[in-house]
Amino acid sequence: MTETDHPDSVPRAAAAEAETTPPEAPPPKADGPGEVLISVADLTKHYGSIRAVDGISFEVRRGDVLGFLGPNGAGKTTAMKMITGFLEPDRGSIAVAGIDVAADRLAVSRRIGYLPEDAPAYGEMTVEAFLRFIAEVRELEAAEEAIERVLETAHLRSVRGQTIETLSKGYKRRVGLAQALIHDPDVLILDEPTDGLDPNQKAVVQDLISSLSSDRCIVLSTHILDEAERVCNRAVILSEGRILVDSTPAALVARAPGHNAVRFRVVDGDPADVAETLSEADWCAGARVLPGGEVEAEPRDGENRLNDVLAAVGEHRVADVRVREGRLDELFRDVTRGVAA
Amino acid sequence: MSGLARRFTGFRAVLRREFHGYFASPLGYIFIVIFLIASGYLMVSRDFGRFLELREANLDALFSYLPWIFVVLVPAVAMRLWAEERRSGTVELLLTLPITLEGSYLGKFLAGWAFLAVSVFLTWPAVFQVARLGDPDWGAIFASYVATLLAAAVLLAIGLLFSALSKNQVVAFILAVAASVGFLLIGVPQTQEFVGKWFGGYVERVVSSLSLLDHFEALTRGLLQLNSLLFFVLFTVGWLVCGMLVLGQTKTN
Repeated sequence: MTETDHPDSVPRAAAAEAETTPPEAPPPKADGPGEVLISVADLTKHYGSIRAVDGISFEVRRGDVLGFLGPNGAGKTTAMKMITGFLEPDRGSIAVAGIDVAADRLAVSRRIGYLPEDAPAYGEMTVEAFLRFIAEVRELEAAEEAIERVLETAHLRSVRGQTIETLSKGYKRRVGLAQALIHDPDVLILDEPTDGLDPNQKAVVQDLISSLSSDRCIVLSTHILDEAERVCNRAVILSEGRILVDSTPAALVARAPGHNAVRFRVVDGDPADVAETLSEADWCAGARVLPGGEVEAEPRDGENRLNDVLAAVGEHRVADVRVREGRLDELFRDVTRGVAA
Repeated sequence: MSGLARRFTGFRAVLRREFHGYFASPLGYIFIVIFLIASGYLMVSRDFGRFLELREANLDALFSYLPWIFVVLVPAVAMRLWAEERRSGTVELLLTLPITLEGSYLGKFLAGWAFLAVSVFLTWPAVFQVARLGDPDWGAIFASYVATLLAAAVLLAIGLLFSALSKNQVVAFILAVAASVGFLLIGVPQTQEFVGKWFGGYVERVVSSLSLLDHFEALTRGLLQLNSLLFFVLFTVGWLVCGMLVLGQTKTN
C-alpha cells in the first residue's frame, strides 16, 4: 500500500494515513470479504533504550495473508506479541475485529488464534489432552467436534494419543496450528510457523496455511522469502522496528535487482567479448561472465529484454537461454541494508 | 461480582490441568511417598514426636512437625508451576488465551493446594490409630488439619512467588526454601529472645505476632482463633498478590 523510494518517509506517511482513520471508528460490517480485521496505528515498543517497534501502522483485511519479513531483531515478534495482547505497547493502538486490545484483551483473545514462536505446548500432555485443555479454556460448546476437526485439518489423527514432547518438530508445529484453529478464529497470528522444519514439513505447513486463508486474515512472520511468495498476498518488510516496504510479493519480485536478467551460454566465441558488447547497449544495466562461464545481462528497467539480447549477440551461437526472476532475498538485502529499493 | 469473576477468568481450566499434571509425572507420587515417610518418621521417632512413648490419644506428635516438612516439600510442589511455564515459553500461549494472569495464578495455586491437601489427608491411618487406641479430641484433630492446610497455603504462595521470579526450577526451589525457613524461624524462641534483647519488648511482640509457628500451634490446640486464621489468610493473599505483580513483570523476559 505505502510504497515510497525513501524508507524513512514510510512510517510517517503510514502514521498520517492512520490518523485520518482512527481505530475507534465503527468497524465495517461483520460479513462480506474485505472487512478490516486488524488495525494498527503508530505502534511503538521500547526495550530499555532499544526501539523494538518504531511507530508502525497497517491494516489487515479478511482474506489477506500478510507476511512480516525482516531480519532477526527487526521487531516482527514484538509486533505480533502486542497484537495478541501479550505485550503492552508504549504508544499506539491496536484493534482486532474492531475491539481495542488495550481495553479488552479477553474479548480480543477469543477472536485470535495465535501460534507463538517455536510453537510452545505442554510437552507432558498428549495431543488430544492438550487440545481438550485449549477447548476448555475457550469454553467451546462443541469441544469434541472442534477437536476432531482440527486433528483432521492439521493431519494429527495418527499422533492424537502421543505426548507432545515425543513428536517431531513438524508435528509439534502442527499441534500449535491446531491449537490456534480450534475456535475457528477470524484472525490468525503465526510467528515463524515453518522455522526449523525440514523442506517436506515446511511444504505441509505452508499448504495448510494456504488452505486456511480464504475466510479469515492471517499474519505470519518469516525470514524465508520463498515462503512469503508461496503463501502471502501481501508482504511487509520490517527493519529496525520500521516498515520499509508494504507491497505484494509479486511486486517485490519485479522490483528485485536482477529481475528479468537474461542468462545464456556462448557456444562459439569468447563470453567476455559477448558480455562487453551487451553492456554497451542502452537498455543494459550491466553484463558479466558468471563463474560457470555463462553470461548474464541485466536490464536497466526490469523489463523482459530477451529479443534485444538475442539481437545483440549477433553471429555467436548461444544455448541454454533463460530469463530469470528477481530474487526476493536480493531485494531484501538491499532494502534492509538501507539501499532504497 | 461479575467484575471479580472476570478478573479470574480461566482459573478452572488451569486448576484442572495443573492438578492432573501432578499425577501425570512421577513427581507427584514421589512427593506423596516422601511426605508420608517423613511425617511418619518424625511422629514416632524417639528424638522428635515420641508418639509411642507418650501413650496419649492425640496427634500433636504428627502435626507439630508438619510445618518443618513443608518448608522443603512445598517449594518442590510450587517450583514447576511458573518456572517451567516461562522456560518452555508456554506462558505466552497461556496468557494469550482467554485467561487472565490472575486467573491462571489462582488456578495454579489452588491446584498445588489441592495436591497438598490430598497428601495431608493420606495421613488418615494415624487418625484411625488414635481413634482405635483411645478417645481423641476430635475438635483438636479437625483444627489441626485446618491449621496444616493453612500453613501449606502460606508456604505454597511463597513458593509460587519464587517460581514466578526464576525460570530455573532449582533456583526457584532454593530461594523458596530459604524464604520459608526464614518465615518459620521468626517463630522460634531463640529468635524472639534475641529480638527482645536488642529491640525491646514492643518489637518482640510485633515479631512474635508474625510467627507462623505460634499461630499454627494456637490453631492445633483446637482454638480456631480469629487472629490466627486472619494471619494465614492475609499472608497467603499477600504473597499471592506479590507473586502476580512479579509475574506481570517477568512473563515477557
